[in-house]
Amino acid sequence: MGSVGYRRAVTAKARKPAVEGWFTDDEANPALLGSRCTSCGTYSFPREKTLCKNPSCMGRTFDEVELSRRGTIWSFTNACYQPPPPYVPVSDPFEPFCIAAVELADEHMVVMGQMVDGVTVEDLHAGMEVEIVLDTLFEDEENEYVVWRWKPVAAQGGPK
Amino acid sequence: MSNDVAILGVGMHPWGKWGRNFIEYGIEAAQNALADAGLEWSDIDYVAGADTIRNGYPGFIAGATFSQALGWKGNRVSSCYAACASGAQALSIARAQILAGLSDVALVVGADTTPKGFFAPVGGDRPDDPDWLRFRLMGATNPAYFGLYARRRMEVYGATEDDFAAVRVKNGRHGLENPYARYRKAFTREEVLESAMVADPLRLLEICATSDGGAAVVLSSMDYARKHTTDPARITAISTVTPTYPEPVIEMPNFATDSASVVPAPARPFRDSIAHAAYEEAGIGPEDLDLAEVYDLSAALELDWYENIGLCAPGDAEKLLRDGDTTIGGKIPVNPSGGLSCFGEAIPAQAIAQVCELTWHVRGTAGERQVEGARVGITINQGLFGHGSSVIVQR
Repeated sequence: MGSVGYRRAVTAKARKPAVEGWFTDDEANPALLGSRCTSCGTYSFPREKTLCKNPSCMGRTFDEVELSRRGTIWSFTNACYQPPPPYVPVSDPFEPFCIAAVELADEHMVVMGQMVDGVTVEDLHAGMEVEIVLDTLFEDEENEYVVWRWKPVAAQGGPK
Repeated sequence: MSNDVAILGVGMHPWGKWGRNFIEYGIEAAQNALADAGLEWSDIDYVAGADTIRNGYPGFIAGATFSQALGWKGNRVSSCYAACASGAQALSIARAQILAGLSDVALVVGADTTPKGFFAPVGGDRPDDPDWLRFRLMGATNPAYFGLYARRRMEVYGATEDDFAAVRVKNGRHGLENPYARYRKAFTREEVLESAMVADPLRLLEICATSDGGAAVVLSSMDYARKHTTDPARITAISTVTPTYPEPVIEMPNFATDSASVVPAPARPFRDSIAHAAYEEAGIGPEDLDLAEVYDLSAALELDWYENIGLCAPGDAEKLLRDGDTTIGGKIPVNPSGGLSCFGEAIPAQAIAQVCELTWHVRGTAGERQVEGARVGITINQGLFGHGSSVIVQR
């Protein structure tokens, strides 16, 4: 497995979430923020704010909940070409990155996200345990924009 | 009471990449369909246009745009957009008008002219739109989602890169015989596997391109058809169903699936339910099929579709392919047209093109591609945000 890691702020720029309200601010205890319907208890990510998507439920109030921080890979892929805007390039030339779809056991849902830098498809397999981290998505002159990423959980046992 | 409508004519403009105005392609397809039907533009009392959303205002009101291009004559009109299901949506609208007795003869037409490379979201900053955010936050293009599905087949069913390449090779051989296909080349397994990786495990030749193209169908009531022709091809079912909550398979352009924590996932997955609704309406099953046109956005997705339309059990699609069952001449040819592999996608025209292909086969006029004795075919497709799309054609 190649070195894995996540970039830390090396400048004095403010770190802002790339999207508001989708994950906690705490880089030591990151979590995705979902919602739970107060009527039927079903989860949603991103948060549901209007009407419960369960067709049998007319619930309109939701609790904000932190989703499971760990999950198992349902599937994975990578991006070999730079995606079009509004993707913001972070290197020139483009460096491929992996994307995973991760099953969260308690919530019975699959959540996507990029893998952290340094992970290649050879490092991944379905069923592998990963955990959420916060990481820099891109920077502009004023800010670093933060997004969630998935990181393999260390010490998974022998080679696959 | 039957929901049958007659297919009096079908017509296409070849798929390609010329960057001309989409209206030109639509006009040619429409005129070809009218000529095929032995009818004049003046005979049409209803136009159902399938919209293109990448060509400005004329594309958003495609029914009127095509009516004006062919010459205003006061016919009734509809324009609709349902992503990749737009063509099936337009067919469904026209069929409903006919079945309600509000139209005798309808023209259904869709055409597109498309940008190079990846489909990008419609321009502008839209941070509340998941289709915008998935590019911004994850860099997740359409091929990324296809890559997830393909990798899943490998992890769960043992599918290999050879299987995916074999789909492309099969479709390439089929497309050689299709004058409307954009790519008419019999790629070898080696050429497919040497093409550049785009979204692992999918390579360039395994992901459909984006194309210009146009397709049209003339539909009529069975009464009208009886005065005009004998034994026409018929549409016997159109399925436009939505998913049932919770949808457990990650779907473009979303970040997450529904949760099955409270309501269990439905027994029948969404893509299966699209075909099921069509079979139920037509009163047939997959065992009755002679051919199928499925939406091979990627070579791997074609294998998913074999299972979704009930040709085999989950996990057995690769065997069907390897046994040659889905090649022309086999038990259940799939994508005799060459599929999106050979066409690329022209969004509003594609579902209509699938129906054109089935029609040629059930009439016995598909030439070198002809599936022997074809009488029953299914098209299947899925639009973004849950627009089912399946049409059954019989004769």
